[in-house]
Amino acid sequence: MEMLALVRNNRVIDVLRMTGMMALAFIAVGLLLLSFGKNPIEAYGEIFKGSLGSTYGLSEVVVKMIPLMLCAVATAIPARMGLLNVGAEGQLHIGAMWATWGALTLGEWPKEILLPTLVLLGFLGGAVFAFIPAFFRVKAGVNETICTLLLNYVAILIVEHMVHGSWKDPMSFNWPFTREFSDAARLAFYGNTRIHTGLWFALGAIVLFYLALKRTRWGYELRIIGDNAEAARRAGIPINRYIILTLCIGGGLAGLAGMAEVCAIQGRLRPGISTGFGYTGFLVSWLALHNPLKIILMAFLLGVLSLGGDMIQISLELPYAIVNILMALIFFIVLGRLAAGRKEY
Amino acid sequence: MNTAYLRLENITKSFPGVLANSGINLSVEKGEIHALLGENGAGKSTLMKILYGYYQQDSGSIYIEGNLVDIRTPTDAMRCGIGMVFQNFMLIPAFSVIENIALAVQKQGQMIQSQELADRIRDTAACYNLSVEPEAKVWELSIGEQQRVEILRLLFTGSRILIFDEPTSVLTPQEVEGFFEIARKLSSDGYCILFITHKLREVMALADRITVLRKGTVVNTALRQDVTESDLAYMLVGKPTIESIESDQLQEPVSQDVTLEFHDVFASGERGRSGLQGVSFTLQEREILGVAGVAGNGQTELGEVVLGLRPCSQGRIVLHGQDLTNRSTAKILEAPVAYIPEDPLQTGVAPGLSVLENMVLHKRDSQRGWRGLVMDWKEIRAKIELNVERFGLTLPNLDRPVITLSGGNIQRVVFVRELACQPRLTVAFHPTFGLDIAATKLAHELFLTSRSQGSALLLISEDLDELFALSDRIMVMHAGSVAGIVNPKTTQPFEVGLLMTGGATT
Repeated sequence: MEMLALVRNNRVIDVLRMTGMMALAFIAVGLLLLSFGKNPIEAYGEIFKGSLGSTYGLSEVVVKMIPLMLCAVATAIPARMGLLNVGAEGQLHIGAMWATWGALTLGEWPKEILLPTLVLLGFLGGAVFAFIPAFFRVKAGVNETICTLLLNYVAILIVEHMVHGSWKDPMSFNWPFTREFSDAARLAFYGNTRIHTGLWFALGAIVLFYLALKRTRWGYELRIIGDNAEAARRAGIPINRYIILTLCIGGGLAGLAGMAEVCAIQGRLRPGISTGFGYTGFLVSWLALHNPLKIILMAFLLGVLSLGGDMIQISLELPYAIVNILMALIFFIVLGRLAAGRKEY
Repeated sequence: MNTAYLRLENITKSFPGVLANSGINLSVEKGEIHALLGENGAGKSTLMKILYGYYQQDSGSIYIEGNLVDIRTPTDAMRCGIGMVFQNFMLIPAFSVIENIALAVQKQGQMIQSQELADRIRDTAACYNLSVEPEAKVWELSIGEQQRVEILRLLFTGSRILIFDEPTSVLTPQEVEGFFEIARKLSSDGYCILFITHKLREVMALADRITVLRKGTVVNTALRQDVTESDLAYMLVGKPTIESIESDQLQEPVSQDVTLEFHDVFASGERGRSGLQGVSFTLQEREILGVAGVAGNGQTELGEVVLGLRPCSQGRIVLHGQDLTNRSTAKILEAPVAYIPEDPLQTGVAPGLSVLENMVLHKRDSQRGWRGLVMDWKEIRAKIELNVERFGLTLPNLDRPVITLSGGNIQRVVFVRELACQPRLTVAFHPTFGLDIAATKLAHELFLTSRSQGSALLLISEDLDELFALSDRIMVMHAGSVAGIVNPKTTQPFEVGLLMTGGATT
């Protein structure tokens, strides 16, 4: 019992330490703003007022949270067994591309059949794209971190190739984007907001991930591999199968985020469908320590910052990079904390 | 004794929980080949690593030519003319022989043109039979050649005292002969050679003097001509320290039903190890078969092929009449076969998960509570509590993460998990290594209980006392083959020691 109390105590200290360190990141960026001659309090005020101060702002935060949560789960599932999937950005793009193919060629299908098909295509696109690094990891021990990271550029270039090439809308006055999707291929919005039904993909993925971890053999074996791969191997757990499975499911979920972006927000495929959702989602997953429920919380936090970043560009004429710097600092703090935690053993 | 070239006085070194060296005295004359003999964990490597500045002694002093020297780092040691060749060579594979040696020489502030260095390498190599091609890249070289590069490197950095950690363990028999010649030539030129080994035959072939270590202390230092292999084997293993177990359980007869059969099994070993070279034996129900051997002679591989962790390249393994050769580990564990790993924290548990979660790591019907994919933790908990109770055991709180438990308790979790499934066969790797006396005693009792419930036990251990106390028979492994199977009641430990070290067969 004494031990339990200690653990609980540690948890309190942990939360305090984490909050304190995040505050440090805000202070550091504040100093940076001062050096530009901007008032940091005003800037932070603008960030939070813009995102949290109105119904519209809040709804836009939720809109950003949808791809962030999906990409975070795409990172978290493989991370639970010790794999670093930095490729959610690319998987998102390929998912969006496959869904676009469906929307452009099957656009005449009735909505009840077309939308599920597009969901499936988006998922498959991301999964197939994630299968590439998974396959090489299993067959040749190729580092999945480097592989997924580099494939991001490949994916983005493939999408650019398509929208500049055969998929370009003839009516676009040479802008690089596709035809607008038919109504049957569009996800519904709620009320006057841009919150769309893709929200249920994200929440569904998180709940399923949570249940799988807690209640299934699959999640159990995943946690064993993540905790001690050698013990898992000696217990006869098929590690290679899990490498393929987790990376592909993760990739599929990121692909779903891409599908939702083109089928709801954009209504067509174009370059820049993602403002780094894959990378920010990676950050969300690490801030949440790959814990499904904390992913919602952290996606909200980073959704606020990211929307706030858009706001300060307009209202204070500050570059969006300020928010990137802030996120990077927060990320370093998380990494530093993890490294320190390891030393304590 | 003050004339000795190198003298270690009263060296003591402890690690948390272990006294690795206790008051060790050792002296080496100029041009002497001195063997350090001892079982695993006797403290030989620790002593040599202290001399090489890898560790710092807690107390004691080191003298070279009568002068007290202070060795805090390997750089200090090299400055004193002490060099060491580790079992895993410290060469850079992508560099050529010249570059590797130049790197070591440069560290000492000398700069040499590579052509000049190549010529000097050829000269020195010719002088000591250290034939290697200076331009060759290290990764292209055989293990024996790499060892010669290591020796050359020590010679070029001015080492006068050369330490070798089990120099022959990675060499082929021909290379061993070559190494002996090199060592003799070096000693005749006044180099001191200290080598760590388990192999009695090599000691008798090469050493001028022999120091035997056991449990961190010097048992004896003797001139080679004054001792025989049997004397050394006796010094190595000493007298039994575990009180023999006077238990009724041990008196129960071994059943005649065969549990495990090995038919001429071959398997590859870890790099540099012998693997299995045609092993055949049978293990009866209710029998404890001890497996003895110096580390790296195939005992680990033996256990691993049983568990399906290492592929068997030839031969058959049969469990209760069922062919298990190269079946998957998951299937074999479900037989059920119990598996007690060495160092469970590294290989047998997931330390960040709770005790409860660790209890079902190995899938077995008696313990699992899952239907298909869903795991019912309530049912699992109930089953485990029932099993634990039936065994009359206590487990730590099931919700605690394993990492927060003591080593003894972690081992207990593993034992209860493995033995509560009522295995037909238990494979145990060094099950009591690092455990205190109470935990060791509990482990031994559990083995005997399991035996009387009908399980057969393959007990792989380096602790001869343990093997003699528990085993119905002891199988001795040497170079991947069975060197002999003996009855512990009619055999002396030193005879087993002889078999282990490849000495004359009894």
